[in-house]
Amino acid sequence: MSDMVKRRTLSVLVSNTSGVLSQVSRLFSRKGYNIESLAVGTTDDPDLSRITIEVMGDDASTRQIINQLGKQFCVYSVQELVPEHSIRRELVMFKVRAESADVRNEIIQVANIFRASIIDVSVKSLTIALIGDETKAAAMQALLETFGILELVRTGMVALERGAYTIEDESKEKTEFNLGKSVL
Amino acid sequence: MKMRGARIVMECLLEQGVDTVFGYPGGTILNVYDEFELSGYGKKITHILTSHEQGASHAADGYARSTGKVGVCFATSGPGATNLTTGIATAYYDSSPVVFITCNVSESLVGKDSFQEVDITGITMPITKCNYLVRDVTELADVMREAFAIARSGRPGPVLIDIVKNVTSDECDFEPLPLEQHPQHGRLAKLLSRASHDLKDPEPDREDIEKLLDMIDAAQRPLVLVGGGVIRSRGAVPEFRKFVELLDAPVASTIMGGGALPGDHRLFTGMIGMHGSHASNYAVDECDLLIAVGCRFSDRVATDPATFASKAKVVHIDIDRAEVDKNVKTAHHIIGDAKEVLALLNQGMAQHNYEDWRQWVFSHKEVPLKKDDILHPHEVLEVIQQVTNSSAIIATDVGQHQMWSAQYYHFSRPGQLITSGGFGTMGFGVGAAMGAQLGNPGEVVVACVGDGGFRMNCNELATLEHYNIPVIVVIFNNHTLGMVRQWQHLIYGERYSQTDLERGPDFVKLAQAYGIQGARCSQMDEFELTFRKAVESRQPWVIECAIHKDAMVHPMVPGGAPITNFLLD
Repeated sequence: MSDMVKRRTLSVLVSNTSGVLSQVSRLFSRKGYNIESLAVGTTDDPDLSRITIEVMGDDASTRQIINQLGKQFCVYSVQELVPEHSIRRELVMFKVRAESADVRNEIIQVANIFRASIIDVSVKSLTIALIGDETKAAAMQALLETFGILELVRTGMVALERGAYTIEDESKEKTEFNLGKSVL
Repeated sequence: MKMRGARIVMECLLEQGVDTVFGYPGGTILNVYDEFELSGYGKKITHILTSHEQGASHAADGYARSTGKVGVCFATSGPGATNLTTGIATAYYDSSPVVFITCNVSESLVGKDSFQEVDITGITMPITKCNYLVRDVTELADVMREAFAIARSGRPGPVLIDIVKNVTSDECDFEPLPLEQHPQHGRLAKLLSRASHDLKDPEPDREDIEKLLDMIDAAQRPLVLVGGGVIRSRGAVPEFRKFVELLDAPVASTIMGGGALPGDHRLFTGMIGMHGSHASNYAVDECDLLIAVGCRFSDRVATDPATFASKAKVVHIDIDRAEVDKNVKTAHHIIGDAKEVLALLNQGMAQHNYEDWRQWVFSHKEVPLKKDDILHPHEVLEVIQQVTNSSAIIATDVGQHQMWSAQYYHFSRPGQLITSGGFGTMGFGVGAAMGAQLGNPGEVVVACVGDGGFRMNCNELATLEHYNIPVIVVIFNNHTLGMVRQWQHLIYGERYSQTDLERGPDFVKLAQAYGIQGARCSQMDEFELTFRKAVESRQPWVIECAIHKDAMVHPMVPGGAPITNFLLD
């Protein structure tokens, strides 16, 4: 880690109850962080959801938001996923103008190069789904812009750490956030 | 045993040992209030009906701060609930354990913009430690038990439980559970098991303790800074006093740390920060080791974080990991309960002596206090101190009188100074004093307020009168919003925009209208006589003290400036 401002990926394991997403996202806004990307979904445990949040920050501000997240009772664990040791992916859908067979063929070629898939075809358009990180998506977007992008939607980045280490192991950090000895 | 939700609320309060509740009824919370009469819970739990929900929220907070127990406050939905928000935020900023219980409209009306419906859990999300919306009666007892545990444990704080009305009439099985068994049952057990390996409190790390002891050994000019954490951590004060005696270093305090060390203690340099003493502010600027215990370096303490304690290694002892390096960069930190950390430190501490350093710190004196023919704020506090033998509980509003109270009254125990330090809530004083008095029936409780703040919530005089709560309200009446005027005088070219309060009411007549004795004083001996009478009467009193409009809080460092840049000496 370095002390410069860069894109940080935080993975947050939370209880799967109503209001939790709002609680977590509001924490970012009220502490002055801008969310660059956010993705949320259930996990293998139906009681838990996993939120992947990307923010711009330096080491100190990232540490601070991790600590603040750790204080929330709905949060089970928080992990910063550094690019060198994690895999980050998002799904991007492009709806592209394709009004002739030539153009369609050309777009399909581009899609093949990126290992993206065509998921919808109409007389006037093609819809492509691409899975990748932001550089891959940006490269594809630049190429498709020449044909005319009608619509673009992305899921937000999801990420996992490489190897067998899991976010559950990170929950040991909770030693410093817990309820305290005198629960009663 | 089958019972309805409203009764479960009462049973859960009894499990927690709650004997006093502050609140205000209304449509959606009717079932809960009905239980005071219907099943006789009114005999076991005293409900104090305030004039306004805000007063109830401050009273529950004052009760909690002065007793160390969890305060409880009831309100109905909609405006009842939103009227609590200032009180909730006040409790949150000062880590005061209060459980707020509101009821919301019935499930069938939720989300339909129904009469008196409001999303209070959404509104209070950023100002509660945790909040709940209960929509199923089978969850009610579990939620109540978890809420109380969360409010009082770790770094304490307010918790809100919003119960939809039909849950208070729905029935389910309820088995009373002794408090000691709560951690083994239901949600709380789940919460605790999830952190099972680490529920061993923030167990202070031995290596961290050793490292601080080494740092102490290497220091030439150590300073201790004490904050509200030492006050909130039950039993930390004796360990703290032992620690500072062993260290023998000067001790400065934030406003929330008042009472951790007696105000007249030989090591005590007074308050630090914007209105800190010369000794405190010069000491923090010159020290080479700053040991901060249970404080959070707010902008009123570390006026300029970049130059704050710039010659020192800053060591932060706190229960909340998120406070470390938030405002001021630290060289070392110890996470844990103040009591436990200090006890461990004390085991390894040798007796130190910093004679020269202490002398240097205490060579910084305050400007001499004025004594002439008018009544000065410090004289008011001197009288209160003398008459009550430094033992009264002082609740304050916010502003000049708050700073004067913190500066001139010698607090000697935790829970003796009750003030809105973090949130700065005007109108806090009378309600908080009311709660403190009910929690400490044997003590003298004085509400030191300004004329501005008193005018905001003076409706609670009706509550003082009705329940004969012997709070003595001392109004520092300078006919202006004094602290704002002070800024306008010093920083805004004496343009006193909208701070002049040359207007009614006549506070003495107001008190009398509420059925309370009132008096106006403009001389010290006159005030002493009246105040003595008030203390002896054991009845509520309002004493208005005429303070000069241009009286100022000395010293003063402007916001954002280095801590030794005194604008006023």
